[in-house]
Amino acid sequence: MDVARKIVAILLLAGTLAGCATTSSNPADPLQPFNRAMFSFNDALDKAVLKPAAEGYRAVLPGVARTGVSNFFANLEDVWIAANNLMQGKVTDAIGDAARFVFNSTFGLFGLIDIASDIGLPKHNEDFGQTLGRWGIGSGPYLVLPILGPSTLRDGAGLLLDMQADWVTQNSDVATRNTTYAIRAVNSRANLLETTSVVEEAALDKYSFVRDAWLQRRRNLVYDGNPPREERSRTDFPDSDSAAPASLKAGSGNNADPGAPAEQPPQRTGEIADTSAIHRTSIQ
Amino acid sequence: MKTPVSPLLALAIAAFVPGVVSQEVSPDALVKNITQEVLTIIKHDKDIQAGQAKKVVELVQTRILPHFNFTRMTQSAMARNWRIATPEQQQALTREFKTLLVRTYSTALSNYRDQAIEYRPLRATANDTDVTVKSEVRQAGAQSVTIDYEMEKTAAGWKVYDVKVGGVSLITTYRETFASEVRERGVDGLIKALAAKNRQGDARFGVSNT
Repeated sequence: MDVARKIVAILLLAGTLAGCATTSSNPADPLQPFNRAMFSFNDALDKAVLKPAAEGYRAVLPGVARTGVSNFFANLEDVWIAANNLMQGKVTDAIGDAARFVFNSTFGLFGLIDIASDIGLPKHNEDFGQTLGRWGIGSGPYLVLPILGPSTLRDGAGLLLDMQADWVTQNSDVATRNTTYAIRAVNSRANLLETTSVVEEAALDKYSFVRDAWLQRRRNLVYDGNPPREERSRTDFPDSDSAAPASLKAGSGNNADPGAPAEQPPQRTGEIADTSAIHRTSIQ
Repeated sequence: MKTPVSPLLALAIAAFVPGVVSQEVSPDALVKNITQEVLTIIKHDKDIQAGQAKKVVELVQTRILPHFNFTRMTQSAMARNWRIATPEQQQALTREFKTLLVRTYSTALSNYRDQAIEYRPLRATANDTDVTVKSEVRQAGAQSVTIDYEMEKTAAGWKVYDVKVGGVSLITTYRETFASEVRERGVDGLIKALAAKNRQGDARFGVSNT
């Protein structure tokens, strides 16, 4: 598989670079020069091709139809999501995902309607990168992949398996496969138009904004929404060592979440975490 | 002669006043009420529907802003560098960061499209002064997005000091950018960068630049 081979090459390159690069000040992002270049490339490509296509797609296709397309692709993903939940030992979630697939593929008209969500089977977000994270593998350095966008060394490796498990990839007819890839990409991008408009508005430096949001997002996903509080999260108060008001310190304890997984993947440093939403769907 | 107060009204006031004094609005009820109020306004306001950014900003400033602790948010995003900033710089930072956040929030709000928002029960005791109010927004073909409000109890009621969307903390996301800006260009450099960013949006948000 062509794309897979390219990812392998980039991962190897990234691994090599990580070995010698010490220039970056951010320990979670030792490959910053490479990543920034790749980010600019992706951004330019998005502005020239993907974003206009997504805007056109949205202008042409009514909302109901776009929801149908999103649901259709999301339904196909549920099988692999079930497999990942199973690999992470979350049997109940895996059964839920499988049931979603069965219900939505039949009563939901080949997945066009997400009836499972309405009957109490919520959609989950899982991939092999998260499974690796759950198994205790740290995220490694932040990595921006060409076209696919923000990732990390671990999640990039996970992506290789995700792509093998992708139903679209398994389609032997090249023309059909590429068309399906294109529709899925444009649809995902259309779903993200609002998000990216907010990022444009919010970010002083778009690269680091996306990176820091992405890393938090992935970390949150690995822990299924209940990440343990990071130690440095309370150093945000300049006076925390001495004069912080009691009300500010009170928060450090009461958010310890009973729902958090018992085993906590070791982190190389407090900063290397998994991470963000912004381009997630473009990868899936 | 004194105007007689209706006994019913007197009763109502008597019943109401102690309630106001002793029981302030719980943080989750506060978030829920304001969100519903603002979203209802957005849905029915013709100018906002037509894409008038200025109207959304006004809405955010009058209804949402009073419930945020911007000084703490700025301080938190600055982390250790807050200490090296002079009081004037701190004020300037807070002012510019506030403008940026208000505009970001306004942009996000004007993208609202009738999604269903659900609130999870608040896990806190009556004595807690720091709580997380959790909500979820459902969306087609994807896991619902969580929106968590980190809130602290102050003398002026509950105030939001961070918002986490899908586990992404607004403050944490800015922290690294702020740190590297200060490292390379100093506190004044950061203030300038924030001001420049805000100026870019001035025209769109109906602020004149004269």
